[in-house]
Amino acid sequence: MSEIISDAKPIRRPERRAQMRSFVRSIGMLPVLIILGILIQLGGIYFTGEGRFLTWQNLSIVAQQASINAVLAAGMTFVILTGGIDLSVGSILAAAAVVGLLVSQTLGDLGILAALITGLIIGLGNGLLIAFLRLPPFIVTLGSLTAVRGLARLLGNDTTVFNADLPFAFVGNGAIQIGPVSVPWLIVIAFLVIVLSWLILRRTVLGVHIYAVGGNEAAARLSGIKVWAVLLFVYGISGLLAGLGGVMQAARLYAANGLQLGQSYELDAIAAVILGGTSFVGGIGSIWGTLIGALIIAVLTNGLILLGVTDVWQYIAKGAVIIGAVALDRYRLRGSART
Amino acid sequence: MQDPTKTHVRSDQPTAPGATSAAMPDVAPILRMRNVSKTFPGVKALRNVELTIYPGEVHALMGENGAGKSTLMKILSGAYIPDPGADIQIDGQPVHITGPLAAKALGIAIIYQELALAPNLTVAENIYLGREARNGPAIDRAAMFAGCNDILTNLGASFGPRTLVGDLSIAEQQMVEVARAIHAKSRILVMDEPTTALSSRETQRLFQVILRLKAEGLAIIYISHRMAEVYELAERVSVLRDGGYVGTLDRHQVDPESIVRMMVGRDLSSFYKKEHRPDAARTPVLAVQNLGDGHRVKSGSFTLHAGEVLGLAGLVGAGRTELARLIYGAEPRTTGTVTLLGKPVDFRTPAEAIDAGIVYLTEDRKAQGLFLDMTVGDNINLGVIGRDATAGWLNRVRARLRSLAAIEAMAIRVPGPEIAVGTLSGGNQQKVLLSRLLETQPKVLILDEPTRGVDIGAKSEIYRIIDRLAQTGAAVLVISSELPEIVGIADRVVVMREGETRGEVGGSTGVSITEESIMALATGVAIDKVAA
Repeated sequence: MSEIISDAKPIRRPERRAQMRSFVRSIGMLPVLIILGILIQLGGIYFTGEGRFLTWQNLSIVAQQASINAVLAAGMTFVILTGGIDLSVGSILAAAAVVGLLVSQTLGDLGILAALITGLIIGLGNGLLIAFLRLPPFIVTLGSLTAVRGLARLLGNDTTVFNADLPFAFVGNGAIQIGPVSVPWLIVIAFLVIVLSWLILRRTVLGVHIYAVGGNEAAARLSGIKVWAVLLFVYGISGLLAGLGGVMQAARLYAANGLQLGQSYELDAIAAVILGGTSFVGGIGSIWGTLIGALIIAVLTNGLILLGVTDVWQYIAKGAVIIGAVALDRYRLRGSART
Repeated sequence: MQDPTKTHVRSDQPTAPGATSAAMPDVAPILRMRNVSKTFPGVKALRNVELTIYPGEVHALMGENGAGKSTLMKILSGAYIPDPGADIQIDGQPVHITGPLAAKALGIAIIYQELALAPNLTVAENIYLGREARNGPAIDRAAMFAGCNDILTNLGASFGPRTLVGDLSIAEQQMVEVARAIHAKSRILVMDEPTTALSSRETQRLFQVILRLKAEGLAIIYISHRMAEVYELAERVSVLRDGGYVGTLDRHQVDPESIVRMMVGRDLSSFYKKEHRPDAARTPVLAVQNLGDGHRVKSGSFTLHAGEVLGLAGLVGAGRTELARLIYGAEPRTTGTVTLLGKPVDFRTPAEAIDAGIVYLTEDRKAQGLFLDMTVGDNINLGVIGRDATAGWLNRVRARLRSLAAIEAMAIRVPGPEIAVGTLSGGNQQKVLLSRLLETQPKVLILDEPTRGVDIGAKSEIYRIIDRLAQTGAAVLVISSELPEIVGIADRVVVMREGETRGEVGGSTGVSITEESIMALATGVAIDKVAA
């Protein structure tokens, strides 16, 4: 392409367009979330005579339902930003929850630490295989999806592990008083994870390197970025956050079942990331988009229940939203200038 | 094999009413493009370009990289839609080429540099791709093999229709593309630098095929940088410059000087810049001895001094890039030594090489250099953000100031560091990539095809930057396939052939740096033969 841009004036337009594009990308699906909320509220008034969606109590429930998925999706955002995928987070969540409960039966609060370390170790295992053996992330994590599920059942002796006196049950059911409002711990944790992820992605060298590896791995290597370290980190943190999700889930239920817990959670997490505008090929995306994506899924689920839609149709609606999100991803990539 | 009576004769065509060109006044043009413009965000890639092609001619399309040749051909092939107002006629009928299928239906075929073949399919399957012969619902392979045989025989192909395309050489794959175009009854065939990857014998064979097609009345648009080829093949030459149409020359008007003048638009004397003086002390900075990877690089040896621009020349595939990547630690070496400032070094990763003060500019800036979706600022700072950071936390203020300074110093034409680098022109992208390397303050720069795909203005600026670097004492190794460039900027030239450094010209060798002396070493032919 010829270099006709020689004076400063005619280039103002592309700059504004670039800013516009990055703005649209960063707010991502927020309008969709808002419209969805309004529709559900109006639908509630129309069909049931009362708008039960927009109440503090219900919104708090929605946020709690979104919280575990948001934590998993935050980890998934790191992974997908590098162009990878982590299919094993649901299984890791189950294994970590089982370990956390088992440890809590004798060592109390150390169960939290045990669950987090379980998640971290499995995630790093994924990362090692992907970074050093150069195996495709899809295949590695598809393998650990199955293997770790088996591990979770093995650890729990293929039964449900209980701890009625769970010392960290407050994580799942308690709330913290912030000023006049009492905010459930689940929401606080999810929000902290999102903020921390944002700080890492936007304010650290590591964050820039994550975007660089996702944008162009060959160039990243030639520019002196330790690609293996970046990959190890993203799969490690995805595992760690899945472990945190395990703690949250276990604390909610006082129990963990290696077979059922976290089934297909990875799909909700991936859906949240993609809904949030992160490109499936890596390099483009933001953690705030992921938060919005997780909220859309929770609002959709909650709203469909409020409207009396059956479980079967909820599945169909959620699936349609995921496909629609990928279509949007394609559309967005075509719109961006890749010359 | 060229039957002169067949050339240009299309008796069913009316005489062109307004044929302006001196050539072929008795034949109507098969293709006429007028007033073709194409605007990309921020860039006007083509401005009112025109091109007239007659049946049975080989029409060379020339111009520097970025002049708009590819854009024009992409419009012809339906890959791009031109700006409104374009007038494109085929056989005198106005047409709208709305997509690749429409172009094919109009008889237009393009053979790109990167061949568009499926290597896992047979020759016949590739030729019939998208138009498979059928027998009811089933694919009729027998008919496809039979249908290809004649075409392949006519082209003088040495392979059959059942061969897997992946097993063919590049030249043979090109033949498959030609066969596909013929089979699709194409009448306009565009060839984009078809000889880049061919040996001289393969090139001659391709030329025979081209002349045969021409004799059969096909119009061939031939894009090439190589003057000798254009001179040998083309009836007429059209030249583009900076997205505009400069003019068309008839065969008898064609000579290298006038074409270069049309392409460049000015005199070339001040184009290359060589003001630096190689360090009198000749302090060796980088010494490479018998470096090899046991595969594509057999043995590379040279010494690079402070304040020197050393050229590394050779034919495509001679192993220049591979040698550079061995030095840089991008690939593992199996033999040889590298000495940096008197100390032996063995980089296992590029990161180690950068830390030691060696940087490498890749020849493929889009695939291996830039992060196209990231901002200009991040692209410039990427190598040094770690140094600016405090315990891993970014220093955004320092990064922004740094990138602003680099944009200013390199005269990168961009409104600000927040623009995605993918939206810039080739020359500006290259300057961004160069800035990233320079921010690490390297002692040794290995620049692999530093002016590939940049326009003529940016080229000259990059030569100035290289000269300035040498003046400040940096040691610069320039790999280039453009001989005038190497001759213009290098103090000495090391030449590689078949994975080995075979000799040196310039400096203390006493042999002057000329295209002939370099080619002699690059091809292994004695100098007097090349010069003759």
